Amino acid sequence: MSYLTEGQPGGRYLLMGNEAIARGALEAGVSVAAGYPGTPSSEIIETLSRASKERPIYVEWSANEKVAMEVAAAASFAGLRSVCAMKQNGVNVGSDFLLHLVLSGTRGGMVLVPCDDPGALSSINEGESRQFARLLEIPLLEPGDFQEVKDMTRWAFELSEEIRNLVFLRSVTRLSHASGNIVFGELPENQPKAHFKHDGFILDPMEGIVVSAPVDYKHGQQQEKLRKAIALFEVSPFNTYAGPERPELMIITSSACNLYSREAIKLLGLQDRVGLLKLGTTFPLPPQWMEKHLGMGESFLVVEEVIPFLEENVKVLAQELAPVIGIKKIMGKRDGHLPAVGELNPDLVVGALAKIMEMDYEAAPESYVKRGQELMSFGAPNRELTFCAGCPHRASFWSIHNALQMDNRQGFVCGDIGCYTMAVLPTGFSTLKTLHAMGSGTGAASGFGKLKPFGMDQPVLSVCGDSTFFHAAMPALFNAIHNQSDITMVVLDNSGTAMTGFQPHPGLTVDAMGKKVPAISIEEVCRSLGTKVRVCDPFDLDTTRSVLLDLLEEDGVKVLILRQICALSPEKKMKKLFDVAVNPEVCLGESCGCNRLCTRIFRCPGLIWDKNLGKARVDEVICAGCGVCASICPAGAIEKIETKEVTGI
Amino acid sequence: MKNAQLPHDPYNLVISGVGGQGNVLASRVVGNMLSQKGLTVTIGETFGGSQRGGSVMSHLRISSDLAYSPQIPKGRAHVVLGLEPSETIRVLAIYGNRDVMTICNTRPIHPVQVIAGELEYPDLQNVKKWVSELSKKAWFINATDTALEMGLPILGNIIMIGALAELKALPLDREEFEKAIRLSMPADRVAINLEAFDKGREMMA
Repeated sequence: MSYLTEGQPGGRYLLMGNEAIARGALEAGVSVAAGYPGTPSSEIIETLSRASKERPIYVEWSANEKVAMEVAAAASFAGLRSVCAMKQNGVNVGSDFLLHLVLSGTRGGMVLVPCDDPGALSSINEGESRQFARLLEIPLLEPGDFQEVKDMTRWAFELSEEIRNLVFLRSVTRLSHASGNIVFGELPENQPKAHFKHDGFILDPMEGIVVSAPVDYKHGQQQEKLRKAIALFEVSPFNTYAGPERPELMIITSSACNLYSREAIKLLGLQDRVGLLKLGTTFPLPPQWMEKHLGMGESFLVVEEVIPFLEENVKVLAQELAPVIGIKKIMGKRDGHLPAVGELNPDLVVGALAKIMEMDYEAAPESYVKRGQELMSFGAPNRELTFCAGCPHRASFWSIHNALQMDNRQGFVCGDIGCYTMAVLPTGFSTLKTLHAMGSGTGAASGFGKLKPFGMDQPVLSVCGDSTFFHAAMPALFNAIHNQSDITMVVLDNSGTAMTGFQPHPGLTVDAMGKKVPAISIEEVCRSLGTKVRVCDPFDLDTTRSVLLDLLEEDGVKVLILRQICALSPEKKMKKLFDVAVNPEVCLGESCGCNRLCTRIFRCPGLIWDKNLGKARVDEVICAGCGVCASICPAGAIEKIETKEVTGI
Repeated sequence: MKNAQLPHDPYNLVISGVGGQGNVLASRVVGNMLSQKGLTVTIGETFGGSQRGGSVMSHLRISSDLAYSPQIPKGRAHVVLGLEPSETIRVLAIYGNRDVMTICNTRPIHPVQVIAGELEYPDLQNVKKWVSELSKKAWFINATDTALEMGLPILGNIIMIGALAELKALPLDREEFEKAIRLSMPADRVAINLEAFDKGREMMA
């Protein structure tokens, strides 16, 4: 969005939460931004990459989140402001570095933006990054609306420089992937100079060496910094109260839940009875400010997503303050008023509020809701997730699945993180049998592949994508080779970090800022390790299957790279390799012995079963023209004609 | 008075569809059109698995002065713009009410379990009957086929925006559309998008 850098100070613009974070960082004069793609965080670094064409800023997609943190920290050590963004899991990946960084301290303002995904809308976990603020003993900021997303990001850099330590600014899917109106501030003019001072007094935080030892001294310093943050939080404009002076109930909330709570109070017409305490600085809680507000009432409801993090912190503080303010009733997740699993919404908050206030609330008339549910049950068939039409992964898993069936030794595949994670579902023929973190597929396979002495005789495979290969699968591969494990590692190389929107990675010839860079070849890396490497086009089903069958027969580590560009990639999108059609004269329909192989098993969304004709048909709106289905039809009824616009591997 | 622009405050619009239909772009364009009018717009989007055949839903909250929750409370939609027939029913069942107005594209996109023969897709006559039953008033337009005739199936979402403009519940005029589309598209795509917008308006007549 061009107005991100061209927009006028004081102007009001509709921005996505992640764009607002980027704008806040630009207004703070950020010089370096690094991250690893992951929904819902990716647009932060993407937006800054685009801004790098107009602003003096270095932006990179790092190989993984830990490296991203280290890159951003280096900028801070050299006196620049830096930002690092990632999804919740990324904080786990880099937490070892963070545990040391918070002891060594930072210099230029450094802000880490974890984007959590309550409800796991685009994750396979709903882990929380807020716990890390407590573990790392650093300040945690949580914006409560869209303007605050921008304003708090900007302020987070000042706070970091105030205390000379890392600051967490936590977003969630419902802020990062939502949009709201934001009033812009100024963009700074001057560009700071980078210089790393390291020859001063050894313990000097701004001129000495940057290390975490001596630990007891540095840990004491770190906690002193946290006390300084608390003093600033006591007067922060990001903590607000709205409501009566003596509320019957006070909601304590933060983040997107602020918007849900405000709406719930309004829906029940409780503005004169229920107060709303919105916290922007959620760790550590400012005790005096909390004392003042906890003193205003007797009953409280903490509204937050997933685990009762805020609730527990409020309860600890309320216990400490009890001699002054008395015993308070604090409700939330621990007593079951709100669920501790999944995301919240206005209705869940209304439900808790209505119960506490002994009120009735009807979303819509009961008869309407009942009829709606009934009609949905037969009018809206479930939409299971599926690989896109023309997705190379469908072809790859078709071959892997069939090779394992033919091999007939109960072989299995250890899965990993990417679009191909969906191969745990029928769209990937339910091929994946384990599924955990980035790189874990090959790590687990490395372990399975050492179980022969215990009688295990099943072939072991792992899959990983090209970006995942560089992120975390390489150490697992090294481990398997060094320890002589028996595995076949399949790299599903679709030339980009496809799931999150084609961000570059070390295997590609372009970087985050659009500059040409040398690509690291996955096959050369693997060959240099002395392992057997084969490269196939997954759209060539026969070759892929026969190569796989050969590899399954061999001992040791084998790498198979299945390379075909993602169907949605900018180079390929809307360009068909083939015009595909079902010849109704040849398709035998129900009377064919194939038992509807193309639509029932292969399940490409580009194929339709025409009930009236009793035959398969191609949906020209959906079909991406990969032509793979033509290879699977035993009757040869699916015909493909090469188009002029050819994009290959 | 800005308030005069809105029949309700907040005004709640749901745009529903399936990954790949341009749902997110449609919500951005409508959001920008209203934001340019000085209204406060909040858009909540659910598009995690969207590119991969999942349902996509955008919630637009339009107010004269306040940012609302990016999720519309259940039963509180004023308008549903359904880019896909069965998804329109799904959204109405959760966010609909007796006063909701619905514009529904009639071109189905079959879920993979329908393709596989495990589930049934409702026939269009039933979809129309049920959508009408759950709405105060419903319009059915074949936006995808019209877009196909224009040579670009993705324009279906813009035709639907044109139809929404013609409903005249929200201040969505052609000039604002042109401004908003220039923000989201390369210059050479503006003319065809304007044509699609106009087609959508005509189809509501």
